[in-house]
Amino acid sequence: MSGFSISRRGLLAGISAAGASAALSACGAKTGDTTSTGSGAQADTSGDTVKVGLLNSLSGTMAISEVTVHNALLLAVKEINAAGGVLGKKLEAVSQDGASDWPTFAEKAETLIKDDKVVATFGCWTSASRKAVKPVFERYKSLLFYPVQYEGLEQSPYIFYIGATTNQQIVPALDYLKKRGLTKLYLVGSDYVFPRTANKIIKAYAKANGMEVVGEDYAPLGSTEFGTIVNKVKGAGADAVFNTLNGDSNVAFFKEYKSAGLTAKGLPVLSVSIAEEEVKSIGTQYLDGQLTAWNYYETTPGAANTKFVAAYQAAYGKDKPTSDPMEAAYISVHLWKAMVEKAGSFDVAKVKAASDGIELDAPEGKVTVDGATQHVYKTARIGKVGSDGLITEVWNSGKPVKPDPYLRGYSWASGLS
Amino acid sequence: MTVILNQSLTGISIGAVLLLIALGLTLTFGQMGVINMAHGEFIMAGAYTTYVLQKSISSAGVSLLVALPVAFLVAGAMGALLEWLLIRRLYTRPLDTLLVTWGVSLMLQQLARDIFGAPNVQTAAPDILTGNIALGGGITFANNRLFILGLALLSVLALTLILKLTPLGRRIRAVVQNRDLAEVSGIATGQVDRITFFIGSGLAGVAGVALTLVGPIGPTTGTNYIVDAFLVVVVGGIGQLKGSVITAFALGILQSVLEYSTTVSVAKVIVLVAIVAFLQWRPQGLYTLRTRSLA
Repeated sequence: MSGFSISRRGLLAGISAAGASAALSACGAKTGDTTSTGSGAQADTSGDTVKVGLLNSLSGTMAISEVTVHNALLLAVKEINAAGGVLGKKLEAVSQDGASDWPTFAEKAETLIKDDKVVATFGCWTSASRKAVKPVFERYKSLLFYPVQYEGLEQSPYIFYIGATTNQQIVPALDYLKKRGLTKLYLVGSDYVFPRTANKIIKAYAKANGMEVVGEDYAPLGSTEFGTIVNKVKGAGADAVFNTLNGDSNVAFFKEYKSAGLTAKGLPVLSVSIAEEEVKSIGTQYLDGQLTAWNYYETTPGAANTKFVAAYQAAYGKDKPTSDPMEAAYISVHLWKAMVEKAGSFDVAKVKAASDGIELDAPEGKVTVDGATQHVYKTARIGKVGSDGLITEVWNSGKPVKPDPYLRGYSWASGLS
Repeated sequence: MTVILNQSLTGISIGAVLLLIALGLTLTFGQMGVINMAHGEFIMAGAYTTYVLQKSISSAGVSLLVALPVAFLVAGAMGALLEWLLIRRLYTRPLDTLLVTWGVSLMLQQLARDIFGAPNVQTAAPDILTGNIALGGGITFANNRLFILGLALLSVLALTLILKLTPLGRRIRAVVQNRDLAEVSGIATGQVDRITFFIGSGLAGVAGVALTLVGPIGPTTGTNYIVDAFLVVVVGGIGQLKGSVITAFALGILQSVLEYSTTVSVAKVIVLVAIVAFLQWRPQGLYTLRTRSLA
């Protein structure tokens, strides 16, 4: 395991040559009192337990969503420990609060890697927080498992993307709308990177598929004044609204939407950021019959999901819903375990090399890790919000969709990145 | 034509929200000259009052009606307490008032976070307020906005009557126009200050109740609106009720019309630029208080 013995500073200085230092990254983690360097050199695997980092916003505006992800991660860690741990070592979860603040995320990521010497980290929600920690994980050659759907066009060698990329969520959602003959779209989104990137993709798709974008509007994050946007939507002659609003703006938007007399029947809204938890907080009366696009719902059939929902509700309360990002977080720990066991080592380079083809019978259905992109094959599912607040599937892609973060397999997307 | 009418109505409803949140400030900031950064937190207190009441009273309609006076009292009491504890010691030090009340604002936000949790909460609107009224020709006016408009106008009316017709109103105006003279005439200015602050803060609580019909309730609900509220008071002319009324509706309509032809963010920028330009031309605002003082 221990081969080279160069100083950490030397390693840091060599980041720029990271591509050429494949030999370096092939060496082991710290074992016993022998200090070795290479990929994940900071990780401490000497004892009977190894530490894993959980990096979520436990306070601030994102806490509403990220606390549930944190809970799901803890559940997975507990299950793995109950089943004997990983490579005979128990896991110890170390939680750090990103506090909904992107520089804090970067700082806490560094703490986890350097001080807590974690073997892998799980977490982040917003793309902004992921972009903030990405250089940290790359600098220390440590692994991050990211559990949320995102805008694609990214592939860090030290991040595993367990949530959907665009061709597993947005593109199938458009396929679905097209199939239903809803070809005139109105795009409403929050004003930041994810909605703008998503809408660029939607417009390219629409152009190539005979669909029409009849309007496009952005509201600042946190905005609660949607009177004008809803008026515009009403007058635009659209067949459907594609909603990429994030956070609490959804509450104001759907209240206004209902007040204006618009309904799911007349003008459906398809949302990509509203899961079971958000349905509960927006209010079922405002969302009844509206559409969502994800890879998992609490109602997804299968023994693995029944077990997951039961375990989650036993741990956190009977009335607690499970959602797509929570499920992705939960399986990310199990996928990492499978990679480590296949590699026979906690070493980052070996884990990465072992990742391709790892399969898991997940709550969302069968998932397979694609080693080349470090994304996951996932089944796309369109759901409809019911009056009980649960989302039921109305369409799925039939089989897991191969992840394509740069949309290279789609000719219409050639001008995007 | 439909579009213009619909947008004007949207503008009026934005204006009604602005008016309601600015009304309390016209008293505390406008009349008394206190820059109270914690005013937004009194709005928040009103909103959370609605939330708490709805948990104990199941009917959304009844709880909303009960919430109006209760929120007025809760926010008013908080305001009076703040005035008694801190602000009255700082009347001659406006900058210190600003800093202190900002600190209080942060503390109140954290307190709300500790009591109600970091995630925002929602209230259910009574069914009667979730629909809209069709005015014919595709023009609609949402019921919740109509309610807010009515509430704003009622509050303005009540405040005007209090200021113009009651002995208390006379005392308030006397203290505003010339504190020293009022004092030597036998008016207990300290008491008048506290009552004025109570009413101004209470009106913020009422605004908080109204906001629950529009958006989510969270620890930062008030701060999101506080800047707009100050803008309305400053542009309207400090201490001038009618100035605030006209400004609130003018800004609301301007915002909604610009939003329609541009985007939300651009509209906001243009409105702010317009305000800056306006204040260059009329630094004193739309209306000014004419007094005989030399200052």
